[in-house]
Parts: sequence; structure tokens; C-alpha cells
Amino acid sequence: MSEFLQQLVNGITWGSVYALIALGYTMVYGILRLINFAHGDVYMLGAFVGLYASRWFHAGQEPSPLKALLVLVTSMVICAFLGLIIERLAYKPVRKSPRLSALITAIGVSLLLENGGVLLFGASPRFFPQIVAQKNIQLGMGVVLSNQQLIVLTVSVVLMLALRWLVLSTKVGKAMQAVSHNHMAASLMGISVDRIITFTFMIGSALAAAAGVLVALQSPKIEPYMGILPGLKAFVAAVLGGIGNIPGAVVGGLVMGIAEVLVTGYLSPTYRDAIAFVLLIVILLVRPAGIFGKAVAEKV
Amino acid sequence: MKRSLWRIVGPLVTILALVALNVLLPRVVNPYHFQVLMLIGINVVLAVSLNLVNGFTGQFSIGHAGFMAVGAYASAMFTLKLGQPMVNSLHGVPLPVAQGIALLLALIAGGLLAAAAGWLVGLPSLRLRGDYLAIVTLGFGEIIRVVILNVDAIGGARGLPGIPQYSTFFWVFGAAVAVIMLARNMAHSTHGRALFAIRDDEVAAEALGVDTTSYKVLAFVLGAFFAGVAGGLFAHFLSYLNPSSFTFLKSIEVIAMVVLGGMGSISGSVIAAIVLTLMPEMLRGLKDYRMVIYALMLIILMITRPQGLMGTREVSLSGLFGKRGPAKGAA
Repeated sequence: MSEFLQQLVNGITWGSVYALIALGYTMVYGILRLINFAHGDVYMLGAFVGLYASRWFHAGQEPSPLKALLVLVTSMVICAFLGLIIERLAYKPVRKSPRLSALITAIGVSLLLENGGVLLFGASPRFFPQIVAQKNIQLGMGVVLSNQQLIVLTVSVVLMLALRWLVLSTKVGKAMQAVSHNHMAASLMGISVDRIITFTFMIGSALAAAAGVLVALQSPKIEPYMGILPGLKAFVAAVLGGIGNIPGAVVGGLVMGIAEVLVTGYLSPTYRDAIAFVLLIVILLVRPAGIFGKAVAEKV
Repeated sequence: MKRSLWRIVGPLVTILALVALNVLLPRVVNPYHFQVLMLIGINVVLAVSLNLVNGFTGQFSIGHAGFMAVGAYASAMFTLKLGQPMVNSLHGVPLPVAQGIALLLALIAGGLLAAAAGWLVGLPSLRLRGDYLAIVTLGFGEIIRVVILNVDAIGGARGLPGIPQYSTFFWVFGAAVAVIMLARNMAHSTHGRALFAIRDDEVAAEALGVDTTSYKVLAFVLGAFFAGVAGGLFAHFLSYLNPSSFTFLKSIEVIAMVVLGGMGSISGSVIAAIVLTLMPEMLRGLKDYRMVIYALMLIILMITRPQGLMGTREVSLSGLFGKRGPAKGAA
């Protein structure tokens, strides 16, 4: 029982990282109907920017909560601007093109970031400095939570609540909702659709960057290709919850994280990468629109 | 009269040309160029077969490498267990012929298994639309890879070595010609028009009495079959298989060929398969910059020509010589 609870705790932690990445996918999909394959690579860049930021602030030598926060925020801000650049240079020109062309562009951007990463950072793994010293917290019943896991959980929850507030209660958020419903109608209401799309990319990229830093905190080996698989799985998580649906992405991410950790713990670690996709196929067959998705009737 | 004659002469000439090149090329071309040529042939089969699904029918399949893997492993196992003993026991038959028969059987076996996998995946998931289908095929590709990684009998993560090198120029380009002819004939047939109708407007096609689900499954199964054949050729060419050859990136490579060539254009797929196989090879001297430039070119091409190099048009000999005018039906 205590082993199961421990796995559950690990799963929720890991799942909240997926959830953060999945949020970016789901928001971009909701607004543009584009599977942004480069999103996983933004997560990778987030980890690398975090690495350099912690060097600038000497966060590795003399760790302090303030510096750790500074590293996180720097990475998020820089990656948000990266998201802006990617959207303006690569995605905006293909917005009116057939959707498969846009998809290939996204894949091109993904390849560019990965291989550009190899050029800039080298292909061999780099080690993320320990910006938070590890401590274990006993939760009772033999369940242990490390303070790094606690940080991951807290930061994710705070970011998700902030996103919820942003989308539901601010003017920009309402504009985002409007654009995701209908570009034309939104622009008739005086919303600058271009600006909102760019803003969505920035928010998504910032969340992915945060996920990158949080993961690097726990498993410090980072390399330019680290974003591919988590990216795909986070996307699956977004589909699982119902793509375009923000609470869905969070639930999908959590389900995915828990399922993966349970498979690793009870079945075999080698099947870990397959469970995500098995889960996906099962859910899509039972509920094609995802857990929270609404089935949309096609208009003729 | 003339056309029926051409029906008999055409294939004969093609086969003779392939046999002649099969004998000639390995002697004239250096081994590296020959290898690139063979990879081009295999990629042509892959691209045209995916074009049946993505280009003709308008379905998003992004798990082509999975079907290729099924075909590759199935045909390799077939040869190792049945084909090779058969070749060794046939004494009277000349070796290239015996090996050719063994390869043909292995390719058919691999293709059929891949087609079965395609049917299994396609039947439930083709009821889903657009992006969801894409994700299911992606998931399928990944699942296949992970399963192969975990089955020890076919080498697992170590890979499967020692597959006899039966893939010759004749078989690789024979398969390429076969899939091109099939796609071309399909484009001009009732079935092909049904596929185009589904691509252009699924609801309208259904209203006009096209059984959309079974046509989509048909395209999917055919595409999977030839992906399996391409996998078999790949296995018998490299003589070594590893699950890492069939990652998501491989599927992406093939999709890039289809989209770059122009969705639904067979000659476009062929040209793009050639270009995208040659491009990384030509950029090899640039080392680390190679993939960066490849990625940049992909993005720039998509921005400047989103409909692909050919759009939906075709290059055809008769079109070039003005005998029949451009083949409109293929659009």
C-alpha cells in the first residue's frame, strides 16, 4: 500500500510536468488548430536557458530560494520571447496554407531547434546545477516526498491557477477565448487576432520553459533531444483530456504521469513509452473527443 | 489497337530495362552512390504509398514508419526462417532467381502483415477525423517500436543482424514502378475518384453514396502494404534492422516527401523522395550544420510553396510531348 501511495505521489509530480507542457499544446491548438510539434523543443530550451541563467546568478554555488525563482522566471521570459519569434517567423506565414503544410512547418521548426541545440549546446548531455539542495519530507505511511517534488507541484499549481485567472478573468484571456471560437467574429469585435495568437504562443512557451526547469531540477541530465518524447506525450495528454480544453490538459497530464509511473513500477520500465499511446488509443475509441472534449457536429 | 499493344510491350520493356540496369549499375556506379540510389528507390515506394493515404484520401497518417517496421521485421524473419533454407535447398535454379523468389515471398509476407496491421489500426480509427487519426497513427507507430524493442526473438534493442542481402536494383525499382503504376491507375479509376471525393469533401462524398469508411480503410491498407514492402526491401538491403530506424522521425521524413511533392501528385512524391534523400547526403560535408540547413529549407519551402513543389499536377511523358495533354484526372 505504501509503495502504491509512493508511486502515486511520483506519478502526480511527473504528471504535473506533462500538464504544464500539455497546456501550451492545447492553447495553441484551440486557437490555431495547429499541432505545434516544436513545443517539446521549447521545453528543452527552457531547461537550457535555466542552465545558463543559474550560471549567471551563481545559483549552483550558493543556492537560495530567491535565485531559484529568478532562474525559473528568466527561463520563462526568454522562452516566451522565443515563442514570439517562432510564431512570427515560421507559423504566421503559413497560417492561411493547408493544415498539413503548417504541420510540416512545425516539424521543420522542431528539427531546427533540436539540431540548432546540438550546435549551440553540444550533443552530449549537460548537467543542470543543483539550485535547490535535496531534502526528503516524510508524509507518513512510508511515503516520501522530496522538496524538489514539492517545488514542482507548488510551481505547477501556481502557474495553472495563474493561467486560469488569466484566461477567465482578464480582458486578454477573454479575447483568447473569443479568437478560439471564431477568428472572423473576434476580429469584427475589435480584437487583434494576430496579437492574441502571438500572446498565446508566448504563454504556452513560458509554461513549457517552466516545465523544462522543473524537470531539470529533478533529473539534471539535459540534452538537445530531451524534448521529443515528453513533447509527444504531453500532446497525447492534451488529446486525452480533450484538445483545446484547458482543464482537460491538466487532467490528461496527471492521468498520463500516474499511468507511466505505475507501469514503470509494476510492469516493466521498457513499456513506459508505450503506455501513453495505448491509453490514448483506448480513450479515443471510447470517447473520441477526449475526457472533457465536446463532440462537435460537423456543419454541412 | 496501339494501346493494347503497349500494354504488353510496356511491362516487358520496363522489366528488361530493370534487368539490364540491375546488371550494369553495380559495376559502373561507386558503392556509395549505389547505396544512395537504392535508398532513393525505397523512399519512392514509401512516399508514393503514403501519398495514397495522405494525398489521395486526405487522411493524416503520421505512423508510416510503424507499418514499415512491421513489414521489415516480418519479411526479415520470413527470410531467415524460410527463405534462406529454401534458397540453399534449390540447386538447379540460378542463384539470383532463387534469391529473387525468396525475396518476393518475403516482401509479400511483410506487406500482408503490415496491411493487416493497417486494417487493425484503420478500421476503428478511421471513424475519427483529421488530427485524431494523426495522433492514433502516431501512437501506433510508437507502440510498434516499443514492442519490437521488447521482443527478444527479433533482436529487441540489439537489433536483428544477418539478414541476407537479397534486395537488388531490380527488386527495389521494380517495387517503385509497381507502386507508381498502381497509384496512377487508381487515380484514373472509380476507386481513385472516390478517394479524391473523400479528400475534397467527406460529407458530400458520403451524400453521393461513397462508402467513406471502407474507402478510407482501403487506402490505409494499401498504403500500409507498400510501406511493409518498402520495409522488407530496406531490411534485405541493409541486412541489419534496428528499432531506432523506425522512429517518429522516419514517419516525418516520409510525410515531408509527400507534402513537399504536392499532396496527391504521384510524380511530385517521386521528385520529393529523390530530392529529400539527396539533400542530406549532399549536405554531409557541412557536418553539424547539415540538419539545421535541412530544417531551414523545409520551413522556407513550406512558407514559399505551401502546396508543394508540384501542387496536384503531374509530370507525364505524354503531357510533355503533347500527345494527350496533361492528365487532369490525377488532380
